[in-house]
Amino acid sequence: MSASTYFMEATYLLASILFVFALKGMSHPETARRGMFLAEGGMLAAIIGTLIGTEIVTWVWIIAGLTIGSIIGAWMAIWVPMTAMPQRTALSHAFGALAAALVGVGEFMVHASEMPVVTRGALGFEVMLGALTTTGSLIAAGKLQGIIYGKPVQFRGQNILNLSVFLMMMACFVYFWTHPDATAVFYSMLGIAFAFGVLLVIPIGSADMPVVMSLLNSYAGLAAAATGFVLSNNVLIIAGTLDGFSGFILSVLMCKAMNRSITNVLFGGFGAVIAEASANVGGVMREITLDDAAMQLAFANQVIFVPGYGLATAQAQHAVRELAELLESRGVNVKYAIHPVAGRMPGHMNVLLAEANVPYSALYEMEQINPEFPSTDVAVVIGANDVVNPDARDNPKSLIAGMPILEVDRARSVIVLKRGQGRGFSGLENPLFFKPCTAMLYGDAKSSLSHLAQAVQHV
Amino acid sequence: MNPAVLIASIYVFALAAFLGYQVISRVPPLLHTPLMSATNAISGISLIGSLVLAGAVKNQPTAHILGFIAVTAATINVVGGFGITDRMLKMFKSRNASAKAVQK
Repeated sequence: MSASTYFMEATYLLASILFVFALKGMSHPETARRGMFLAEGGMLAAIIGTLIGTEIVTWVWIIAGLTIGSIIGAWMAIWVPMTAMPQRTALSHAFGALAAALVGVGEFMVHASEMPVVTRGALGFEVMLGALTTTGSLIAAGKLQGIIYGKPVQFRGQNILNLSVFLMMMACFVYFWTHPDATAVFYSMLGIAFAFGVLLVIPIGSADMPVVMSLLNSYAGLAAAATGFVLSNNVLIIAGTLDGFSGFILSVLMCKAMNRSITNVLFGGFGAVIAEASANVGGVMREITLDDAAMQLAFANQVIFVPGYGLATAQAQHAVRELAELLESRGVNVKYAIHPVAGRMPGHMNVLLAEANVPYSALYEMEQINPEFPSTDVAVVIGANDVVNPDARDNPKSLIAGMPILEVDRARSVIVLKRGQGRGFSGLENPLFFKPCTAMLYGDAKSSLSHLAQAVQHV
Repeated sequence: MNPAVLIASIYVFALAAFLGYQVISRVPPLLHTPLMSATNAISGISLIGSLVLAGAVKNQPTAHILGFIAVTAATINVVGGFGITDRMLKMFKSRNASAKAVQK
């Protein structure tokens, strides 16, 4: 090995160590930023190490790719609004997976004939996973952005079709693994994997996106790890595995927070056959005027805000913080209750509220805040639905039975901010809205909140 | 890949998986979105594989083009991912810092 190769390997080792430190820093908001600087340094070192340690024959494509990528990346980092974070993350899963898949295709073109059998297996895995994650993530991003219809797309025989496509893909994979010169089979596998990614994500509704996002995150990481096996490169294996496991842990957490299994999310097609499960909800929804609501809030001892995806669509995060501050200046104790699957990706609500300068100490997790609802005067539900649906706790027949919820119905009174009388994304009826303690305040969440703030000032 | 390298790679994979589990299960739900975008940026390390494909293969123009697309995609991930993670993490403030930010 030459000196430059040693240098390159040293930068890879450094990068691996710094990546782990960076993720360790993520355990607290105070240390997280510093940790990410370490990771950025590690990445830069690895890039420089690679450019020095490999014999580069042409710089044109490298410089062009780095320049274009940096411009697009910087543009995304600076201009994407926080409310669009789920789409952006899905899109970057697609980019990461595409890079892994293309590196795999390139390796195949250049080295396929002399590749040992284990490497070929890893290569097939990398290309397959990379390709299906690319298209799957693009569909997810399209659904989140609203370019593609968000409701689950389902048809008769869908699972059978998906299963047969999957088996075809695996058959190509096995054939390619055992036959080094099967070029056509390799490219068929690539094509089928692209198609399978689409099929995998179209039946999944927007409300299940937190799980899908985490899974795609995991796949993109595993594809990168497989690239590491193909290139015998340890930093790729380490970084890819960290990403893969992070996504996997998040998927498990999200599934637990919905009391569903991963198979059920992927193949269950939630939200399609719903009507019969929630028929027996009766009663009327009580509407409340702005002034009454403001009065209740102003004279409360403790108010808990419960944000959901509606907060993001209405861009109401600043309005809720302003209202909360007014209340706090009147001596009201204000807290925020965050359900793990509120929003469209893990931690979505936390980021939005942090953007509006809500201190993170005011954000409470479900287990912490649930015991506090009985001693809370007003719970304000902002565009959340399933995560506060008491049916999950009380009605064993409900489709979301057993899903842990924020128990807002135990508060002395509940104010629900909602656009209209319709059902939520899942299509489930929510008995919370019919309870005597619940009052509905219809309208766009953002304007409702700022009107409430004005009304509180006049109390 | 000879068997010794393969076995070493499997060790690396297993240990990284274990380490990842230990480290990531300590990340609070508060930071799950930044975590996802951070791990995403980190897995943009496939950039180094893309660089080799784009520039170090002799007499393979198609490989260079594929490599160019891969470099572009991975760079978007690295630059965009780290950039947006930092932007998000900057927003998480303790009670004092957030009061100051609001006054500004």
